[in-house]
Amino acid sequence: MKPIRVTADTDLQWKDSLTTESSLVRRLLIAAAFFYLTLFLFIPLAAVFAEAFKGGMAAYVGSFLNEDALAAIRLTLLVAFVAVPLNAVFGVAAAWAIAKFDFVGKQILVTLIDMPLAVSPVISGLIYVLLFGAQGWLGPWLAEHDIKIIFALPGIVLATIFVTVPFVARELIPLMQSQGRDEEEAAITLGASGWQMFTRVTLPNIKWSLLYGVILCNARAMGEFGAVSVVSGHIRGLTNTMPLHVEILYNEYNAVSAFAVASLLTLLAIVTLAAKAVVERKMLSPIIVADPVLPVQAGSSR
Amino acid sequence: MRLMLKQPSVLPGFGLTLGFSVFYLSLIVLIPLSGLFVKTSTLSWDQFWDVITTPRAIASYQLTFGASMVGAIINGLFGSIIAWVLVRYRFPGQSLVDALVDLPFALPTAVAGITLAAIYSPNGWIGQYLDPLGIKVAFTPLGVLVALTFIGLPFVVRTVQPVLQDLDREVEEAATTLGANRWQTFRAVIVPELWPALLTGMAMAFARAVGEYGSVIFIAGNMPLKSEITPLLIMTKLDQYDYTGATALGVVMLVTSFVLALAINLLQWWSTARHMNQ
Repeated sequence: MKPIRVTADTDLQWKDSLTTESSLVRRLLIAAAFFYLTLFLFIPLAAVFAEAFKGGMAAYVGSFLNEDALAAIRLTLLVAFVAVPLNAVFGVAAAWAIAKFDFVGKQILVTLIDMPLAVSPVISGLIYVLLFGAQGWLGPWLAEHDIKIIFALPGIVLATIFVTVPFVARELIPLMQSQGRDEEEAAITLGASGWQMFTRVTLPNIKWSLLYGVILCNARAMGEFGAVSVVSGHIRGLTNTMPLHVEILYNEYNAVSAFAVASLLTLLAIVTLAAKAVVERKMLSPIIVADPVLPVQAGSSR
Repeated sequence: MRLMLKQPSVLPGFGLTLGFSVFYLSLIVLIPLSGLFVKTSTLSWDQFWDVITTPRAIASYQLTFGASMVGAIINGLFGSIIAWVLVRYRFPGQSLVDALVDLPFALPTAVAGITLAAIYSPNGWIGQYLDPLGIKVAFTPLGVLVALTFIGLPFVVRTVQPVLQDLDREVEEAATTLGANRWQTFRAVIVPELWPALLTGMAMAFARAVGEYGSVIFIAGNMPLKSEITPLLIMTKLDQYDYTGATALGVVMLVTSFVLALAINLLQWWSTARHMNQ
């Protein structure tokens, strides 16, 4: 890294020299940051893959090619396939109501949406056991009608939906609030139907954030452990999702297989982070051009 | 005058979207959560108090809250440094580091759990160097601290970073021009600006750590009275079909979460209010 020197030719460099530290302090701070990140990010990330490939490629692939692993992958995909679209629809609906209208009790609604983030995953599972479990409110009625929710697929789906409720809504609300209502109001005033306004004005405006929200929601849905662990019952081949399968393998001292399945989930996390970076870049440029507060200035200055 | 519950607007879909949102949230969040309190109300106060004050429960609170607190403080320090370095300096691989900071958010907790346990076990990548020094991390309370520090990492960075980005450098220039050295400027000009955001981030990391389960249980060893966190104690009670015990402890955790969420909201409000005054 080049130290910044005081030179007369650019104003910027001169200003920087007033508001930055000595080169030694800068190096120390960067070193401290990297030390911490290495300890808590780089080493764990590398360790997942190192442990997964410890037994060689054949053992790695073999970790996926058995009934239990395939059943876990199928179940995880199925749960996400139900939970993510539901929460995406909810997220768009809630963001529309909250961002585009002023009404009494809005703050309560926002707080409720955030609630699952504040609650321990174990509690997220517990509340469904209390509702639908054998000793729960609806337990006797469900048993009478031979409906299984806890220790079965519906419980896993419900717990996953609960945990992932906030993700799409939280991405969309601040964006839609900052975009304001002008464009939609114009569309409606010019005679567009509600659906036309949504597909031609709102959706194009929010598509990147919506996509990122969905990816985030999906990552959490596929990776949720605590809440699902409470309601699943850990029945192999039936109610084991991928994270639960990782736990079972690990507890059986089958580290290679545990980390192999974990590496798949880690790739999902990396894809999520990459998506975030891409969406942030996409969002940066159009917002500056189409600043809803200063449409005239933005147009004339270009 | 008619009571105005909603400001008039030409935009369509208010009734539909609000109705659906309220219905969905009631079904998924509100009714199940209130079930927890209803279940607790079947206990007498004495019963409730007995369940939540057993020595095992109290030991678990001490560990959970203590380790979460220390983790939040560690993240407060290093998170600020990382945010500072990311905003103020340029170095190779910067955008990669920036993106990776969110890894503890995105990584499934079970994956984090087994990975940290493997790294810090006596023959693991880091554990092998700590073991000869007599430092045992895996399967001790220290392991709980490591896991809770890991999952709290993004919070401070992501709350301090935007404030640092918006910080007006002219104030720092003025301080320097008026004769303050860099450390004085940092202490008297920059720190007061960052303080609310830093506290918010630490409170968020703390709140997240208190409820954490997946990343802790693999590295903790889970010995009652020693390295057992409260969420795990709830899980144990559930496995033993002690629903009342699990519910009582659940209420303690839930009330704590509410109080923390409220505190975070107040901190955020303070943070933005100060920001607006600039």
